[in-house]
Amino acid sequence: MAVVDSVKGFGVTFRHLFRKPVTQQYPEYKRPVYPRFRGRHRLHRHANGLEKCIGCSLCAAACPADCIRVVADENTDEERYSAGERYARIYEINMSRCIFCGYCELACPFDAITLGHDYELAEMSRDAMVYTKEMLLEPMHPSRTTPVAPADPFDVVDPGTAG
Amino acid sequence: MPDGFILTLVKALVLANLVMGVFAFLTWLERRLLGRFQVRLGPNRVGPFGLLQPIADLVKLIRKESILPEGISPVLYIAAPAVSLFASLAVFAVIPFGEEATIPGTDWKIFLFISDPSVALLVVFALGSLSFYGFLVGGWSSSSKYSLYGSMRAVSQLISYEVSLALAVIGVVMMAQSLSLTGIAEAQSRDGLWYVLPQFLGFLVYVVASTAEVSRIPFDLPEAEGELVAGYHTEYGGMRFAMFQNAEYVALIAFSAVASILFFGGYEGPWLPGPVWMLIKMAFFILIAMWVRATLPRIRYDKLMSIGWKVLLPAATLNLLVTSAFVAWRA
Repeated sequence: MAVVDSVKGFGVTFRHLFRKPVTQQYPEYKRPVYPRFRGRHRLHRHANGLEKCIGCSLCAAACPADCIRVVADENTDEERYSAGERYARIYEINMSRCIFCGYCELACPFDAITLGHDYELAEMSRDAMVYTKEMLLEPMHPSRTTPVAPADPFDVVDPGTAG
Repeated sequence: MPDGFILTLVKALVLANLVMGVFAFLTWLERRLLGRFQVRLGPNRVGPFGLLQPIADLVKLIRKESILPEGISPVLYIAAPAVSLFASLAVFAVIPFGEEATIPGTDWKIFLFISDPSVALLVVFALGSLSFYGFLVGGWSSSSKYSLYGSMRAVSQLISYEVSLALAVIGVVMMAQSLSLTGIAEAQSRDGLWYVLPQFLGFLVYVVASTAEVSRIPFDLPEAEGELVAGYHTEYGGMRFAMFQNAEYVALIAFSAVASILFFGGYEGPWLPGPVWMLIKMAFFILIAMWVRATLPRIRYDKLMSIGWKVLLPAATLNLLVTSAFVAWRA
């Protein structure tokens, strides 16, 4: 009976009225990401502080969106940036083109670049979307990292429902 | 105008602005309630509990450009929302919120209605139908197929449901022996019962038909956003769009008021003053309408027509026949 079923529907909606909303209040509550989440890139350093990147451009070659630009230069004894002979003098990622596929990570022979967990990447201009080496290198500038809620992402997430 | 011209003008101004304020609050309430029905929060960013959301919406809508699309009839296009809003607001001229009352702290006595014509109910339905001219003309003058479909639906829906609505109401009119809204409210306190009991079938028909009349879900086919973009106000934006929305909400408030008067005794009630009873009953009907919106899907157009003609009309006619037999027997 269509009429009876419709009336049942009112009971269903009425019960839902008293449930706790599942909304996650985003700017206050930042949802934890999974460990293999692919967010903003990071350029890593060795334990002694030297950059892992040697400017080989394999990441740029692997990039399907063509968003990585690497210009390599020779290390000297006075100015030593990386462990090898060469280093990346310019390392830019155009984040407005990046598709977060992670191929750069796979292509890198030194594990110098990985995709991190930061997902707040909005900018007010296109120029600001081109991230320079200084922005990508560890340690991150605090304003450039997304604080992630200290919850185990495999647990059921408490959807912080204030307000 | 029992209060004289100046006082009536002041009352009309106050009431119209109150209705507009209630409309703004209702948009907030509906979005919050729909959110909770759907296990989410609804707007909560602007002000405490999101209460300033209507003001933010208003600022946004006012600042939008008033576009005149190509190929429209400018005069009709601009006039249509005004006609709808005017007709919806004008209904409140005859809705009583109480009888004669003294303003607290003074000796001033005013009537808690703007005017009380002996044919108030006819005025309500005439104005309710007039607001559909706005929907028809607005959709027609927009030169857009979606708008045209929307306004055609609005009008055919009006024709199908207005008949049942009027027939459902006639039962109450016969029992009260009056077309005046104050008369109907007083007749219920005279008879000692709300007419929702003897007129329960009429009440059901009224609720369904008035939902169609104010084109709310499940009868919001004139603006079915899943099929017709936005129906008759597809080509409208900014404040003109807001006026159409406003007209619909005001019509909802008006029909809730009429329902409370016809079936729930209006401003008559124990302990509390009349206007408070009236507002409680109106709030009840408005909340029911929001609950319905959260529950029922939009029905198909041919089903809408068959409900109107094959269910509501016979039911209203049956109700009318039984009521007239009863009234004749009582007399």
